Amino acid sequence: MDLRLTGPPPSEVERAAVDGALATGGTGRDQLLPALHALQDRVGFVSEGGLRHVCERLRVPPAEAYGVASFYHLLALAPRPRTVVHVCDDLVCRAHGAEAAVAAVERACAGGPATVARSPCLGLCERAPAALILAAGASPCAEPVGAADARAVADAAARADSAAEAAPSRRARRLAKEKPGARLERVRRAAPQAGTPGLRLLARVGRVDPESVADWKASGGGEGLRKALALGPAGVVREVIASGLVGRGGAAFPAGKKWEAVAAAPAPRHLILNADESEPGTFKDRVLMEEDPFALLEGMTIAAYAAGCGRGYVYVRGEYPLARLRMERAAAAARKEGLLGPDVLGSGFSFEVEVRRGGGAYICGEETALMNSIEGKRGEPRQKPPFPTQAGLFGRPTVINNVETLAAVPWIVRDGGAAWARIGTKGSSGAKLFSVAGHVARPGVYEVEFGATLRQLLALAGGVPAGRSLRAVLLGGAAGSFVGPGDLDLPLTFEGTRAAGVGLGSGAVIVFDDSADLGDLLARVARFFRDESCGQCVPCRVGTVRQEEALARLRAGRPLGGREAEVALVRELGQAMHDASICGLGQTASSALESALSRLGAFSGGTP
Amino acid sequence: MILLWGSNARETHPIFFHHVLKGIRAGARCYVVDPRRTGTADFAHGHAALDVGTDIALANAMGREILAAGLWHRDFVGRATEGLDEYRAGVEPCTLEWAEAETKVPAALIREMAHAYARAERAMICWTLGITEHHNAVDNVLALINLALLTGHVGRWGSGLNPLRGQNNVQGGGDMGAIPDRLPGFQHVENARLRGAFEAAWGMKLPPKRGKHLSAMFHAMEEGELTALYCIGENPLASEADQTRARRLLEGLEWFVAQDLTLTKTAALADVVLPAAASWCEGEGTVTNSERRVQRVRKAVEPPAGAREDLAILFEIARRLGHDWGAPSAERVWDEVRRLSPVHAGMSYARLDAAGGLHWPCWDETHPGEAFLHSRLWEDPVRGPRAGFHPVVHDPPVERLDADYPMRLTTGRRLDEFNTGVQTSGYRSPLRRSETLDIHPDDAARLGLSDGERVRVRSRRGCVEVPVRLDPRLRPGLTFMTMHFPDDVATNLLTIDATDPKSGTAEFKAAAVRLERIEA
Amino acid sequence: MNRSDPWSGGPAEGAVWFDPPPRAAKVPGPPPSPARPPVALSVDGREVRVPAGATVLDACRVAGVETPTLCFHETLTPVNACRVCVVEVAGARTLVPACSRQAEAGMQVKTDTPRVRCSRKVVLELLASSVDLRIAPGMAETMARYGASPGRFGPPAPDAADRDAREAGHHHAPDGAAAETVAQPVKADNDCYVRDYSKCVLCYRCVEACGTDAQNTFAIAVAGRGFDARISTEWARPLTDSACVYCGNCVAVCPTGALMGKTEHDLRAAGAWDPERQTCTDTICPYCGVGCSLSLTVQDGRIVRAASPVGADITRGNLCIKGRFGWGHVQPGPRAGDAP
Repeated sequence: MDLRLTGPPPSEVERAAVDGALATGGTGRDQLLPALHALQDRVGFVSEGGLRHVCERLRVPPAEAYGVASFYHLLALAPRPRTVVHVCDDLVCRAHGAEAAVAAVERACAGGPATVARSPCLGLCERAPAALILAAGASPCAEPVGAADARAVADAAARADSAAEAAPSRRARRLAKEKPGARLERVRRAAPQAGTPGLRLLARVGRVDPESVADWKASGGGEGLRKALALGPAGVVREVIASGLVGRGGAAFPAGKKWEAVAAAPAPRHLILNADESEPGTFKDRVLMEEDPFALLEGMTIAAYAAGCGRGYVYVRGEYPLARLRMERAAAAARKEGLLGPDVLGSGFSFEVEVRRGGGAYICGEETALMNSIEGKRGEPRQKPPFPTQAGLFGRPTVINNVETLAAVPWIVRDGGAAWARIGTKGSSGAKLFSVAGHVARPGVYEVEFGATLRQLLALAGGVPAGRSLRAVLLGGAAGSFVGPGDLDLPLTFEGTRAAGVGLGSGAVIVFDDSADLGDLLARVARFFRDESCGQCVPCRVGTVRQEEALARLRAGRPLGGREAEVALVRELGQAMHDASICGLGQTASSALESALSRLGAFSGGTP
Repeated sequence: MILLWGSNARETHPIFFHHVLKGIRAGARCYVVDPRRTGTADFAHGHAALDVGTDIALANAMGREILAAGLWHRDFVGRATEGLDEYRAGVEPCTLEWAEAETKVPAALIREMAHAYARAERAMICWTLGITEHHNAVDNVLALINLALLTGHVGRWGSGLNPLRGQNNVQGGGDMGAIPDRLPGFQHVENARLRGAFEAAWGMKLPPKRGKHLSAMFHAMEEGELTALYCIGENPLASEADQTRARRLLEGLEWFVAQDLTLTKTAALADVVLPAAASWCEGEGTVTNSERRVQRVRKAVEPPAGAREDLAILFEIARRLGHDWGAPSAERVWDEVRRLSPVHAGMSYARLDAAGGLHWPCWDETHPGEAFLHSRLWEDPVRGPRAGFHPVVHDPPVERLDADYPMRLTTGRRLDEFNTGVQTSGYRSPLRRSETLDIHPDDAARLGLSDGERVRVRSRRGCVEVPVRLDPRLRPGLTFMTMHFPDDVATNLLTIDATDPKSGTAEFKAAAVRLERIEA
Repeated sequence: MNRSDPWSGGPAEGAVWFDPPPRAAKVPGPPPSPARPPVALSVDGREVRVPAGATVLDACRVAGVETPTLCFHETLTPVNACRVCVVEVAGARTLVPACSRQAEAGMQVKTDTPRVRCSRKVVLELLASSVDLRIAPGMAETMARYGASPGRFGPPAPDAADRDAREAGHHHAPDGAAAETVAQPVKADNDCYVRDYSKCVLCYRCVEACGTDAQNTFAIAVAGRGFDARISTEWARPLTDSACVYCGNCVAVCPTGALMGKTEHDLRAAGAWDPERQTCTDTICPYCGVGCSLSLTVQDGRIVRAASPVGADITRGNLCIKGRFGWGHVQPGPRAGDAP
């Protein structure tokens, strides 16, 4: 291609950062996002010179590279302080005073090295209000913090700012050297059941050192993989189909069927672990990656073996620095142990895994958008068909599964599909993780067997705070639906929620008591989708704007043509967005609002 | 497989190159042979940056490699060609190592190109002036034809040889007899049978021998043999190599008529200037493109006051000379062409309008036209003469580099400009930048030249001043200029009129120059 | 080389060379490709057959069902972004874009259901409420056909000068008083064509034409995200600092007039653009030997636009800078080089 590069040249620091990032990954287009991350990590933004150098190295047209860079909200395209405190002001954190927290953190950081930016859900819901400190420099720092204490946040940001400037160190190892007791304490905050016997998905969480292969092995790690290699690919597919395991990303497609389809498609084939967990109020995948990364690699390897995939990618959202670190270290350790690589456990099966980092874009959780993102393109979803099983990553047949889905696989293969199928209900087999957050006493990730009701789940989480009553539960995050206090006996199964006209979605369960401002929450959801729409298709790109505008009018009591007309407009808009949008984002962007109108009586008169 | 030889199609044939790109995206291999790293080369799988004027060395080495590796098309060569033994003997000395030394193209790349070309299911060689603007232009072309014959990449769908024409009707002009040895329909004037048909139709005798091509005419002017010239739509003063000589000869004519759109530099020398309409939009007719497709041009706007269509001018001259040809009508002239040129017989205006163009040969009104030529070579047995190999030998540019003139100057074109700028000077191109001497940064450093600095470029024939422009995409020792801005920088003062004896084309691509700093 | 008499007489080839070679025994053409059986499906209850590989849109056309399209262009890869062409396919959860969905055997397509009408209407309203569609050919008719009334979303918001600088993931919260639009200042940075992104529906056609579907120059791409997504050069630089080669193939495929030749733009701005006074004549480009078809639009004796017919198999509607913009030398007025 006859590239034309104009504008200023890169600085030496930028050049070194990009060249360093490309030293390992090659110079394919798929290295674009890693190279942009390298610039962001090193200097705190992507400059004209830096982008130019990336384009020159990767032979990517600068307009396209700019289009990609400007797609991700974790990449800055203008100079700004190298340390940024991303304060979450999303649904769960709003329930915990996010607006006040943002203001307080802004005040506390004023005059300091860091700047403050609002962020959609950071997946740190158990610490709400939460923030993520990102400091660029020679030793870039990424530190998730609670944001309730603004002074502490500002201090942490200042520390991160100076640490980032220091020469590269082994500071990141610190977390791994926690004492087991302290680890359990910390983990229990995210997964209150940690350490409880009888868990399947969370069995190791809090009990084993997530950076130790030995610990993982000692707790049964690798047994599933060994069994799988003995069963053969077709045998594995059989077991997984028999288990009834369906995808936990939201679409609930049978995992075994997906693998079977890919196995039947021509090689080369790829596998992706979708770890771009971005649905507001969802943090189960983060906990699994942070606390049991080897199990996920084992699940990936089994799936890859069954479907005949030679290469696997873990796509971790950019806001999950620890999860990414754990997955990277686990992958390196597993390769050393022969669990990954050209000859997995001496079986002759070859499987390599690469960890990729998202750039800040909810839409990249959509499987085809994620593939485009890995390929170095804008994270725009593709029209299906063709499905990823036919033409996925790099146009090749691809298995893409959610973290929780593959977390179940080692257990299923080891204990047999039938054993998994016996758990849960007829229509929903096995165990399920729910991220419970908001106005509950003990927010966190909970594992239950399918069949548990919403009431039981809320009880596990300690229910709404004393003195408060339940106002609403948002099932499935921003893309989900509200249910009311009258829906507590809803069985949290695929068939149960479907019958009720809602869905499990990502397994987010966001609880609001009577102190919540429903109008404010709906406005946040509308803002979220307006911000996160990729912009590709009209119903979503413009529809999310119109939805937010209509909601603003409804909240302000200034509906166009009267309240009923405005509500009718919103519903018609929702219908078109649902029917005509390319992907799940646009198709569900009106779901929360519509369910609030139907189930909670929002805007039916008086206050929402 | 697409082999672009001496062609910067990305800039000079942009829409043709769209089709090449489609092919590349569909999996075709593409190789570019060009001394410069052009935009075209950027899209190729391989770029053979040969030393200017070593094309035959490269082609012969490819041929030798194809023979040595046993990749030649034995069936086709045996059935449809003749002269393989002579060819084999001719290329025998052209080893990869020899060719690397001669051409500066790595032996491995030559081998790769040879194998890719020979093994391809379908392969095209397309060339432009990088092949033909040499003193041995026809030999260059023959060297490429030899490769096509050797591999059977001719006369088949998707395989062939195509010179990419530089003007919209170069092909049509030749087809209509505007070359010294042909009558309309590519019929040789020295063939009495073919000539006889014209004589019968026109009721007169025609000269039985070929005429002179452009270079021969200039030679004849030099000899005093040619003293009157009628020049239609050509700007030789600006476009001929060795402009000093061209000016001297044109000025020495006893009588000179120029017919053109504007008062070109050439027209300014004329005794009589006939203002002409722009044939492509101010009149009717046909043009024929590089793939022999005849297409209609139509009148969209009125010519300026006083300007007439070329046809009207010629009809009027005929009338003044005592021959009333009636009212000028492009279609009527065309119908005469169809009567006399069998390959055009089927192309009525009605069909051309309906089909949007037809390829010749188009033998009758039911014939669809032929998308490619020489398919008869694949018939069994082959009808007509076999295609002959023409062994050719490497002969470097006439003007060798030496201590006095140590740098190679080659010339070419830019995307947004056209030849001497007669037409393109009429629009404001955002890409336009004035003439430069492009030079490799290493040479500039050696000579102490900085980007943008004006420099004096001198050849044995003349001298111009021009700013230098550093271009790392040239090979060291090579410089590059265009001829788009003859009013500002008369590049053709520098070029050499060493001319190919067979085609009459001058060696625009290879002059020897030296660069002189202009002291402030 | 004999310099004294280089050109007299011909080479020593015999008369055979001078005789034309015999005609080909049969008309040369492409090798036959294996025929795939046609696909049978129903459109609005009517059975139709289309060639394998055809789209639902093709099937609708065969069935004589008029289907509105906007981002679709026959020479470009469908991006199915505008969603104007959505249809209902039995068994599909959501509507499917007719332009890109391959027709499958037994597919039951419905194009006139309440869902389809609702989506098309709302999509048209969303477009027209955010983009200036006044000169987009055919849009007014399509809007009328679906009863679209974009005013339902409130009065349009005024020009925004900051669209090129907006950051993904952030925007100012609206108050709903006005409907946000893409209205913004015109970008006129060169003498060939003008970019008026107030008229841009983000159909991606220009990006595709600049990219792999035709020109492969990649001077423009979509930048930003969501409603702030926009067609942009790198860093929103002027075209003159971009990779643009002014082929204008983007202009040729723009469905709304957002991209427009400068001559046409200036005439429209002066209120002097008048299709009634225009003729359109097809001819061939005067430059290189490729033979690109040109359609010249002429008003008052002046060329006001050059394009290439989409159906021309050499160009497929594409041209280079010279063909599309290099006709100044035949405009009325003194010709370059004319004697004073």
